[in-house]
Amino acid sequence: MQGNTACAEGALAAGCRFFGGYPITPSTEIAETMARRLPKAGGVFISMEDELASIAAVIGAAWTGARAMTATSGPGFSLMMENIGYAAMTETPCVVVNVQRGGPSTGQPTRAAQGDMFQCRFGSHGDYSTIALTPNSVQEMFDLTVKAFDLADRFRVPTFLMADEIVGHMRERVTIPDSVEATSPRPLAEGSLPFEANENGIPGFAPFGSGRAVHVTGLTHDERGYPDTTDPEAHDRLVRRLVTKIESARRAIADYEVMNPDAETVFVTYGAPSRTVEQVIHDRPGDSIGHLRLRVVWPFPEFALKEFPNAKVFLMPELNLGQMVREVQRHVDQPVVAIPKIGGELHTPAELVSALEEHR
Amino acid sequence: MRHEVRFSGYGGQGIILSAVILGRAAALYDGKYAVQTQVYGPEARGGASMGQVVIDDAPILYPEVADPDIYVIMSQQGFEKYGTRAREDAVMLIDADLVRSRPACRAYEIPATAEAKTALGREIVANIVMIGALVAATEIVSREAIERAVLDSVPKGTENLNIKALKRGFELGERACKP
Repeated sequence: MQGNTACAEGALAAGCRFFGGYPITPSTEIAETMARRLPKAGGVFISMEDELASIAAVIGAAWTGARAMTATSGPGFSLMMENIGYAAMTETPCVVVNVQRGGPSTGQPTRAAQGDMFQCRFGSHGDYSTIALTPNSVQEMFDLTVKAFDLADRFRVPTFLMADEIVGHMRERVTIPDSVEATSPRPLAEGSLPFEANENGIPGFAPFGSGRAVHVTGLTHDERGYPDTTDPEAHDRLVRRLVTKIESARRAIADYEVMNPDAETVFVTYGAPSRTVEQVIHDRPGDSIGHLRLRVVWPFPEFALKEFPNAKVFLMPELNLGQMVREVQRHVDQPVVAIPKIGGELHTPAELVSALEEHR
Repeated sequence: MRHEVRFSGYGGQGIILSAVILGRAAALYDGKYAVQTQVYGPEARGGASMGQVVIDDAPILYPEVADPDIYVIMSQQGFEKYGTRAREDAVMLIDADLVRSRPACRAYEIPATAEAKTALGREIVANIVMIGALVAATEIVSREAIERAVLDSVPKGTENLNIKALKRGFELGERACKP
């Protein structure tokens, strides 16, 4: 099965019943699969007029209580940024898939990149936090899509599946379980205000039609959901909570793999380049090479870097000119070396071996 | 053992589908691992098309094809773009009537398109003839597995034609291998 198809199957298995999207290479197969499958599953597929409208429709659908998602690539992701901020501010659980291609602008439509890793963290204005997952196989296109819906619901936050053209378009064997466990947002308790948070900073959810009248606004609002745009404390309380509810749960959200924790030279990867690192480690059985592979990149699990107590250098192959490497650099004292590659092709094992020999 | 297979021809011949069918046979019916990738670009019908498959008994880590040991080439342009750098110990199956050049490595000439047109009456199954020849010549997957993968992948109503094409391919592959 193709990666993009597996993503759509994961969404369907997770109970996604709304897809609003605008097709864009290299993500189009997700929309195609959803268009074919959703109506038969009792869901709704809408081909929207553009990406601004797509994410708006997804937010609206999520507020009816549906699991909702859209899929796009860089140019569409840029267009979605305004309403992604709105989703963060209104604490709307939804999933946005970005099958990354070469940018900036329309760039390389058919080629792979990981150039939107900071955009998915900081792309909309103002302070907020979100969750981003990075699959490295067709199986993970399925598994992490399921997981993205769960995280979106648990934390009431727009959640990103940051794939790339390589995992989106390659075909591998996938095991699809008969059913997957799906959470749903904690319902709003009777007597609670619509944006009154629990001890984890997360309010209960009362979608439209649930019997509670909820005012939803992108303006700074109080616990009732009513705008309160001039009180410094109201703004501080709300926005600080939006960030803290994610950042304080970094350990609960974290998902990563550790290989050879005793190693002195450690690769840190996410997405497709991790496959090349795994090949290099496999091909050099006597050589102690560490590998931290992140399946969740935001919130950034800085504690995972401590799993390598002997590390003398961290190497970071990315399909960009060095993005997540900055995040690693600010958390460790050791040198952190970027191994950037752009143009659309995955690092080859030989390229990583020469980087290894140069920097260890 | 890791095998890397590259298919090339022109858009419309079913080059990508050939790679998908081979990968499916290995991964679903032979109990092996496979990763299929392709040059995904704005190429249209008639342009050079390329699909590739990695097949291994163990899980596949690096998913791309770096240096194929098996080639299937179905157009001159496909040869020029994707076949000229074949390593010496590679094996190349060539649609003899569509590719003028010959590689330095071992090559098997398979008249797949001519066979599809004349003996089978449908040029469109040339890629299936080629897949049959590939499996007979290299035994990269079992004949049972490729047969099931072909049946999974072809439109309803064309099963008999495609299986006939596949078996004709087996014969051409066996014949080409004979010294």
